[in-house]
Amino acid sequence: MIRVILPYHLRTLAHVGAEVQLEVRGQVTQRSVLDALEASYPMLRGTIRDHATLKRRPFLRFFACEDDLSLEPPDAPLPDAVASGAEPFFIIGAIAGG
Amino acid sequence: MSGVRVLVGTRKGAFILTSDGKRQKWEVSGLHFAGWEIYHLKGSPVDPNRLYASQTSGWFGQIIQRSSDGGKTWEQPGTKPGEPTTTPDGMPMGESNKFVYDVSPGSGKPLTTHQWYDGTQHPWEFKRVWHLEPSLTDPDTVYAGVEDAALFRTTDGGQTWNELAGLRGHGTGPKWSPGAGGMGLHTILLDPKNPNRIFIAISAAGVFRTDDAGKTWQPINRGLKSQYIPDPDAEIGHCVHRIAMHRSRPEVLFMQKHWDVMRSENAGESWQEVSGNLPTDFGFVIDVHAHEPETIYVVPIKSDSEHYPPDGKLRVYRSRTGGNEWEALTKGLPQRDCYVNVLRDAMAVDALDSCGVYFGTTGGQVYCSADAGDSWAPIVRDLPAVLSVEVQTLP
Repeated sequence: MIRVILPYHLRTLAHVGAEVQLEVRGQVTQRSVLDALEASYPMLRGTIRDHATLKRRPFLRFFACEDDLSLEPPDAPLPDAVASGAEPFFIIGAIAGG
Repeated sequence: MSGVRVLVGTRKGAFILTSDGKRQKWEVSGLHFAGWEIYHLKGSPVDPNRLYASQTSGWFGQIIQRSSDGGKTWEQPGTKPGEPTTTPDGMPMGESNKFVYDVSPGSGKPLTTHQWYDGTQHPWEFKRVWHLEPSLTDPDTVYAGVEDAALFRTTDGGQTWNELAGLRGHGTGPKWSPGAGGMGLHTILLDPKNPNRIFIAISAAGVFRTDDAGKTWQPINRGLKSQYIPDPDAEIGHCVHRIAMHRSRPEVLFMQKHWDVMRSENAGESWQEVSGNLPTDFGFVIDVHAHEPETIYVVPIKSDSEHYPPDGKLRVYRSRTGGNEWEALTKGLPQRDCYVNVLRDAMAVDALDSCGVYFGTTGGQVYCSADAGDSWAPIVRDLPAVLSVEVQTLP
């Protein structure tokens, strides 16, 4: 079970708490986690990745295991601790704009 | 007794203000969508309880919200809470927030570039919905004006949106450029007498008109002069801030341009300046009295470098002659130390017998005049900066 921590405004959109848990089949990557997240919560489509390009929105960051994974390739495996559910995958609103 | 419902979009959410026909006592509902920019809300003329809202964020992008009970509850069209969120084969159902430019071979147009602030060419990028204009005849059909400028339409109540690509594909895209607030399509006027005719306005490209329900478009900017573009009389490039019409006479248009208040007698084929005795002809809003087609309202702003009322006095100006001759309306409005702005979508009128006029400010006030502008009173004083004001006249 993959654990994902959402920023406040996405929790309210999806009507969930801070953490959601997802089943991810196959390799656990940014792409597979976000695909699973959007499949469960389609109202989040376009809020994390652009609808057309699927690129990360510029003011969002991805953290896990105390590392910034924002610039990692979307198909790179996420850390084992994320894949095992020991650590969550954080989706964070970048600190910009005051 | 009939009443009014005022829909207010702000930098930090939406508010709904309701009153009876006297428009003296108000109920305030909100904050809806707390923390999000609400660029615009508007109700269907066919079904006043059907509302649409543009909820947007620089972080999280575009959300479309819909209400079927006059704003008491909201949902994202197609993704009601508690209902299945995926199709039987696991595909997400919610497409209501998806605004993708149409570049398909059959219906679409290639994405051109547009002019950036520095004069270079810049790729087209969707940012947000600035304005939602529900159809005059069908509550499930809505037009959306977006940044970067394009026109979208839904015919299923907001569940899916498709671009009317003939506008962006007009061919002049490389000459369009953003205003200070971005390159937004901010005004959509549906002709009540001709369902195939739509007017739209873009900052900074100008006004366009379709006579075939959105397939093809023509620029209608003859007569506009703008000193901030290389050719002041150019067909394209004018920073039109707002256009307005009276529904009884849709061929007569009024315009608040960046500078200049303009008027057209012929559906935009040509424009004449009617700034007359205004203290400054810079501004954003313009609107028309509900029952007097020659009575129009503007809020003069000092200049494009100083976005506040001249002399710190908040004054609405009214012309009863369709322009040129203007009178200042000041009763009940602050006449000293006032430095707010009134943004382009933040004025509206109701259709009660004594026409009500409303506007919102960047200082968070929403003012109402229940006597066509003669006197004013704030409905609320301390909202977040107001981005848009719409009014529904209820039976």
